[in-house]
This record gives sequence, structure tokens and C-alpha cells, in this order.
Amino acid sequence: MPEGIISALTIDAWIAALFAYAAGSLGPLFCIRNAGLARIVSSMFGIAGGLLQVWSSTAVLLEGRKMFWSAPSGVPVVEITLRLDPLAALFLFALGVVATAVSLYSFGYLSHSRESSPGLLGFLLNLQLLSLSLVFTASNALLFLIAWEVMALTAYCLVSFEHRKEATREAGILFFVMSHVGTGFLILGFLTLQSLTGSFQFSSFHGVSQPLPYATLFALFLIGFGVKAGIVPLHIWLPAAHPVAPSNVSALMSGIVVKTGIYGLMRVYFEFLGVPPLWAAILILAVGVCSGLLGVLYALIETDLKRLLAYSTIENVGIIFIGFGASLVFNALAKPNLAALALIASLAHIANHALFKTLLFLAAGSVLHGTGTRNMERMGGLLRAMPATAVLFLVGAIAISGFPPLNGFVSEWFTYQALLAGFGSTASLIRLVFPVAGAMLALTGALAATAFVKAFGISFLALPRSQEAGRAHESHWTMLAGMAIPAVGCLALGVGSAWLLPALDSVTAQLLNVQASSGLAAHNGFALSSGAARSGTVSIPAIAGLLILLCAVAALVGRTGIRGSVRRTGPPWDCGLSGLTSENEFTATAFSKPLRMIFAALYQPKREIQAEFDVSPYYPKSIMFESEVEQTFERRLYAPIKEKVLNRAFRLRAIQAGSIHAYLAYIFITLVVLLLFGVRP
Amino acid sequence: MTSILLSAALQLLFVLMLAPLVSGVIKTLKARLQMRLGPGIFQPYRDLYKLLRKGMVIPETASWIFSAAPLVVFSTATLVGLMIPMISAEAPLSLFGGVLAVVYLLGLGRFFLALGGLDTGSSFGGLGSSREMTISALAEPAMMLAIFTVALSANSTNLSEVARSAIGQSWRFLAPSQMLAFAALFVVLIAETGRIPVDNPATHLELTMIHEAMILEYSGPYLALIEWGAWIKQLILMTLLINSFYPFGLSTDLSPAGVAVGLGSYLLKLVLLSSLIVLVETTNAKMRLFRVPELLAVAFILGALALISTFLF
Repeated sequence: MPEGIISALTIDAWIAALFAYAAGSLGPLFCIRNAGLARIVSSMFGIAGGLLQVWSSTAVLLEGRKMFWSAPSGVPVVEITLRLDPLAALFLFALGVVATAVSLYSFGYLSHSRESSPGLLGFLLNLQLLSLSLVFTASNALLFLIAWEVMALTAYCLVSFEHRKEATREAGILFFVMSHVGTGFLILGFLTLQSLTGSFQFSSFHGVSQPLPYATLFALFLIGFGVKAGIVPLHIWLPAAHPVAPSNVSALMSGIVVKTGIYGLMRVYFEFLGVPPLWAAILILAVGVCSGLLGVLYALIETDLKRLLAYSTIENVGIIFIGFGASLVFNALAKPNLAALALIASLAHIANHALFKTLLFLAAGSVLHGTGTRNMERMGGLLRAMPATAVLFLVGAIAISGFPPLNGFVSEWFTYQALLAGFGSTASLIRLVFPVAGAMLALTGALAATAFVKAFGISFLALPRSQEAGRAHESHWTMLAGMAIPAVGCLALGVGSAWLLPALDSVTAQLLNVQASSGLAAHNGFALSSGAARSGTVSIPAIAGLLILLCAVAALVGRTGIRGSVRRTGPPWDCGLSGLTSENEFTATAFSKPLRMIFAALYQPKREIQAEFDVSPYYPKSIMFESEVEQTFERRLYAPIKEKVLNRAFRLRAIQAGSIHAYLAYIFITLVVLLLFGVRP
Repeated sequence: MTSILLSAALQLLFVLMLAPLVSGVIKTLKARLQMRLGPGIFQPYRDLYKLLRKGMVIPETASWIFSAAPLVVFSTATLVGLMIPMISAEAPLSLFGGVLAVVYLLGLGRFFLALGGLDTGSSFGGLGSSREMTISALAEPAMMLAIFTVALSANSTNLSEVARSAIGQSWRFLAPSQMLAFAALFVVLIAETGRIPVDNPATHLELTMIHEAMILEYSGPYLALIEWGAWIKQLILMTLLINSFYPFGLSTDLSPAGVAVGLGSYLLKLVLLSSLIVLVETTNAKMRLFRVPELLAVAFILGALALISTFLF
């Protein structure tokens, strides 16, 4: 086909996806009474939109060119101008894959939801997808903020969808408040940019030439976008909100919504603000290290499966920020090639995390649906009842722990290589930052593996710990198919990484003017290389192939032994104790006990044991055990702020007379004041 | 291509055969130091032969994960064994994965072994898994710092490259950064292979065991695979230490004389390192579990000092 047609088709596909999401959100409203039809309409349009987005964003990534689209809005100042450039395309690609998987999954998931209306959920879900697409492609600050706000509001509605539960309502309000504080900072940031350039168009922000108030802009956007990205210490809403949402929504929120904050920061720091000062770049790196470590430490002690996944999202955002921060540092040190390497690590982890976190949340939703609980202490033995869900969860767990041959390893490998190369990039003491970040990344990765051994081992292995777990059943095939999409993606981005990573070239070319991919693939694309000479290579396809081969040999040896050894099943030996029941099993709390003791300074664990004795203290009649971990940030940082705000708010009650005349007077006075100061001749 | 295949096959055979021997040597040396006769250095082979001939009991509470774990442990360890230079500086699969792949592949094996421990439902298995994952997680940053130090002086994470650069600068092992990194990695070796003072490989006392608790339910050929895998892992970590810091005699070509010298010096260094391990094991008491983090913190600080001292020297 001639090139013109391809690019025209790509634009069409890109815009058609938006209309598909719009149809997917409005359609169910027309048939809201007919749950079955609403379910079909919302899922079909969601899948169509996702696939169209995958296609158009892949084309843009491969060709590396920008596409524009605009429509009249009918409102002054607000212009509907959309731009699909490689940076947006990467996020749009992830969104497309996740949207397809989530929509397919939702088809089965919604048929089982007991208390909710599938039509309403389908409406909100597709509206969320639409607003996300607009956030990634808006090229006008006002349109961006409107899309951002629609995204936040639909996310709020989705979080509090199961609003009959008290905890859900509280989480929804926390999300609402935090999200709007963030939006407030964003509005200030964009207004500052507008006052410097006189326009709301993104294109006019590029490389603002005036002497910038860099620190102000840096801080405004870091807080504004950081809330959404869930960086520590702005993260507290995330572990509250993500678990209470319906599981298909949790997947979308952790997989994509969190990434909008990272998208915004990349857009602003690389494109708008130009080369950063060194302190700002190192601050981002430090934020990444802290978020990674604290996120995984809180994930470790969770017993709620979905909260564990939510904390692990914070950890992975931290890893993304390590690559992002390292890239900014290299940019500040004028090392464009290294900056491209670190940026590729970060971008790859964005795509990877979108895949495996979606997979894990969808699998957790399948477990929740099969057992009716999110509490790991009440699960166990699910591998027998839900074999497919278990395998899919295991794939996600291996990928997120960063083990070869799946995709998590690739991005962590590149992050290490970038940090390692960073040590040689400068002679000053700053270079010590890199190996320290690398060591902390290693600790984070190893603790994440521990957390996922716990998540998979306690939930899926051994004996059922409760009746619900014993009665668990496998999910509908559309849910399994929805999970299989990201699982296949995890494998493809792992084994095929050497062939797929060059697609990120267009992004580094856009942000840093560097094409790095020629150095990334060695040995005819068979191995990955970090680009620098002699720096090290790894071949995921070879590792995968040899692992399968060696496993097969080992299986042969293990199965037959030397002269056809006999296998039989019997009761577990258990050091000679007979009668193993589920009450003897190791629990999730017990599993993380050593780490709870070792990091007691952070957790401040409290426990209370009350035992009732009859005759002898060795034979208690009943024991009550309570264990609690301090939520440091909530208690130390947010509780005082909350108290002060509430105090002030109570004082403001004085002017709330409840009289409509008084309110009209307030509005009038405000208007007059604004006209006096705001409008200049 | 054929030469790679040939050297891979040879090294595979070498790793598989040598690993039990090293374990036997360590056991015998330890026994001699404690004025015992010891089982002889070939005992591990006899153990393997015995286990491979026996039948096995699979706990009825276990799932396919229980059977998959030994296979993954064994195959990851052997695969890593092909990525690491032993006699010659050219490891057969060194281009397929450097030191990061080594660390993460061993991590994959540990991940499955910990799941295998949890799979039986026995509380000993869970206890072992929990402790093993905890200790290895805490050992990881120290290991990475030491590896960073080595990789920085070689400017590569490729292990053959590391060995070659170490050969190039023959007095480098005297540099403080290298000695500190060696010390850090040695502590990690003790922790990762489950030796005193972190874990006692000879114990089956419920409250103290870590590795043994995890594999308590395994028997027959599966136990053989796990033990073999653990020995190979021990050999790999020892080789990593030897050849990254003291690459004396490592042959750079495949001439018969070079290989003979390489083999001789490699075995000699293995015996020396084994003696060091035995010395540490015999002169120390096993630590309480919650003292182990302090030991690993020391290793971390050694690693950090190693990095900082690359500035000074």
C-alpha cells in the first residue's frame, strides 16, 4: 500500500478508537435495564477501541512520526487539538492492550457481579478509557485538564462503585480529595506556563526560552502528577482505592491510570522544561528509590491480596522513576546516549508493568469471584479449584519479580545497566548515587520476589484455609481469555525484547534526539546489549530455550530415576507428625514475620495476645491474637494536616448561614472582585 | 558454533561432576578439622546414586508446583553453570547472560523452591520458605554492590570480560576495593549456600533449619535433583568469587597446556576457598535468625566501602 493510505488509515484507527469508547460508554445507557445487552455492547466497543489503539500506536511507534487531529469545540480558548507522537503512542499502546484485556474480562466478570448494574459499570469503564486516551493525546493544556478531570471523576465513581460498603466510601473520598489536590497543583503549573508563553498549546511550551522559575514549575508538576503516579509520600490513596474498586477497574487503574502521572512528568520534564538542573534529576531518582523500597516493604506485610498488588504498584512506579531519574541525571550531565538507555529501561518497565499488573489484578479478581474474599489467610489450595487462574497468576508473579525469561527481567536488566554505566559517566562524587540506587533496586527486587512467593504460595498452594476457599470454582472463559492476553504479552516482551525494543527508538528520538536501538540488539537481535562497548549482553530466547531443554532432561531424571523409581502419593511427612490440617499451615502473617521483625523501625508492629486459662497456663482455653502495623505516613504526615484543615473548615462555618440570599451575595462579591482584578483593558 | 556446543557440553559435564565432589571435600575437611574421620570425599556421589534409585513419596496435599520446583532448581543452576568461566576465561554461554542473569536465574530457582516448600502445607516448609526468602533478599544488596565493584573495574557485566580484565591487571586483587568486595561476596556466599553461621547444612532441628526445612518433604530422585542443584549453586558462587578476584592460571585459549594449567589452578583455588569456608564454619556458632540481618548489614557496608574505595585507589 502507498504510504499515504497507511498513515491515513492510522489516523482513522486512532480517532475511531475514541468513537468506539464513546459508543461503548453511551450504548449501555440506552439499554441499562437489559443487563445482558449492556454487557455485550460495552465489552464489544471496549475491545474494538483497544484493538484500534494497538494498531494505530504501533504504527506511530514504528514510523516515529507525529499525527495531528483537531475539531472545533464551539467554546473559546478550549481547542480540541489532539496529537499522537511516539511518547503518547507508547502509553496509548499499553492502554490499548489493557483495554482489550479488561473489556474481554469484563464480559464474564459483569455477568457474575451480584449487586451492581453492568450497564452503569460499562458506561463508566468506557468513559474512563476515553478520558485516558484523551489525556495521552491532548495537545492543549485546557483540553488536557478537562480530560484529566473527567478521568479523575470517573475513577472516583468506579472506586466507590460498590458504595454500600463503608470502607469503599471512605476510600473513594480519600481518592477524590487527593486527586483534586493534585489537579490543583497541575492547574497552577499550566497557568504558570501559560503566563510565560501566552498560549495553552503544548507546542508553544516546548523549550520555553525565558529564564524559567524552574524550581517552582518542577515542584508544581511533581506534586500534581506525583499524586496520580502514587509516589511516596503522595501514595496513601492508592492502596486504599485500588483494592475496593471492582477488579477489572483495579487492573485498569494500576495498569494505566497510574501511568498518566508518569506520562505527564515525562512530557513536562523532557519536552517543556528542557535540560534539568542536577538536583532536580537526582531528586527524581531518590523518589524512585524510596517509592520502590517503601512500596515493596508495605506490600510484604499485606494479607489482603489486592492491597498487596496495590502496594506493589507503588514499588514498580518507583522502579520506573529510577530509570526516569537516571535518564534526567544523564541529560543534566550531557550524556545523551546514556540518557536514552535509562529512558528505554523506564519506558520498557512502563509497558511491562502495565501488562503484568493488569494480569495480576484480573487474576486476583478471578480469585475474589471464586472465593468471595480478598483475605489471603482465608485462601489456600486454589490451584486445584482454579488451575487456569493459578497458572496465569504465576506467570504474572514471575514476571513482576523480574525473573528471566519474562518481561520484568528485561526492564530491570536495562535499569541496572544504565546505573552501572552511570558510574563511569562523571568524575564527581555524584556517581556514587548510581550504585547505591542499584543496590536498593536489588533489595526491592528481592523483596518483591518474597512478596510474590507469599502471594502465590499462600493463596494458591497447600490446603484450603476456609470453607469459601474449599468451594472455589474456576471463572468464565472470557475472564481467562482476558487474563491470557497480558500473560502472552509478558512472554512476548520478554523473549522478543531484542526485536521489540527498537520500537522505543522513536520515543528516545523525540525526547532526547538519540536513536539507541542499533546498540541494544547484539548477535542479529538474538541478544540484548546495553549499547556501550563490552558492557554485557543477555539473550532471553537462549535462556528460555535452554531452561526448557534442561527442565525436560531434569524431568526425565526426576520421573524415572536410575531404574524406574516408584512414585506414590501419601500423607506429608511433616517431621513425623501425623494429621496435617489447614490449621497447621503457615499463614501469610507468619510468612512475613521475619521481615516484620527486621524492619520493625518502619512498621512499628504492635501485637496483643489475650489468653484465657483454665487450670494450667500451658493449656489455654482460648487465645485472642491481634497484630497491627503502623501506617506511618497516614499517622505521622497526613493526620496532622487533616486535623488542621478540619479545624479551619469548622471556623468557616460561621459564614455559612444557610440563607440563599447570603450565598447570592457571596457570589456577587466574588464576581465583582474578579472583574476588578482579573479583567484588564 | 560446534566449538561452542562442544565446550558447553564439556563444561556441563564438568559442572555436574565437580559439584558433588566440592561438597564432599568441604564435608571431609570439616570432619578432619573437628577430629572426625568423615564420610570421605566421594560420599555425595553415593548419596546421589542412592537417591536416584529410591522411590519417592509425593505428599497428597501437594500440587504440580511441588514436582516442578526440583526441575527448575536443577535447570537454572546448570544453566548458570554454563555462563560462568571456570577453567578458561571463555565461558561457553557467557554472551547469553552476564552476572545479572546469573543472579536472577538463581533467584528463579529459589522462587520455585520456596513455592515447593509452601506447597505441602506443612508448617516446616512454610517456615523454611519464609526464612530463605528473607535472608536471600537481605543478602541481595550486598551482593549487588560487590558485583558492581567488580563490573566497574571490568566495565562489563559479562563474566568472561570480568575474568579477562582481572587477568590483565595481575596485582589488582591487592587493591582495597577488590579485597573489600571479596569479603562482602564471601559473606553472601555463606548466607546463600546456607552455611554456619547463617544456616547449618547438617541440622534437622526444627527450630533452626532453613534450607532443610524447605525440602523436608522431598524424597528420591526429586531430592537428588534439589541437592545436586544446591551443590552446583555452591560451586558457581565459589567460582564467581575465585575467578572474578583471583583469576591466576585461568587459561585464555583452549590449548592443552593452558587448559591443564587452568584446571590445576582452579582445583587448587577451590580447595583453598573450601578450607576458608570450613574454617569459618568450624570456628563460629550458628547465629540466631534475627542476628543474621546484622551480618548481612556488615556485608552491605563492606560492599559500599568497596565501591567508595574505587575512588581512592
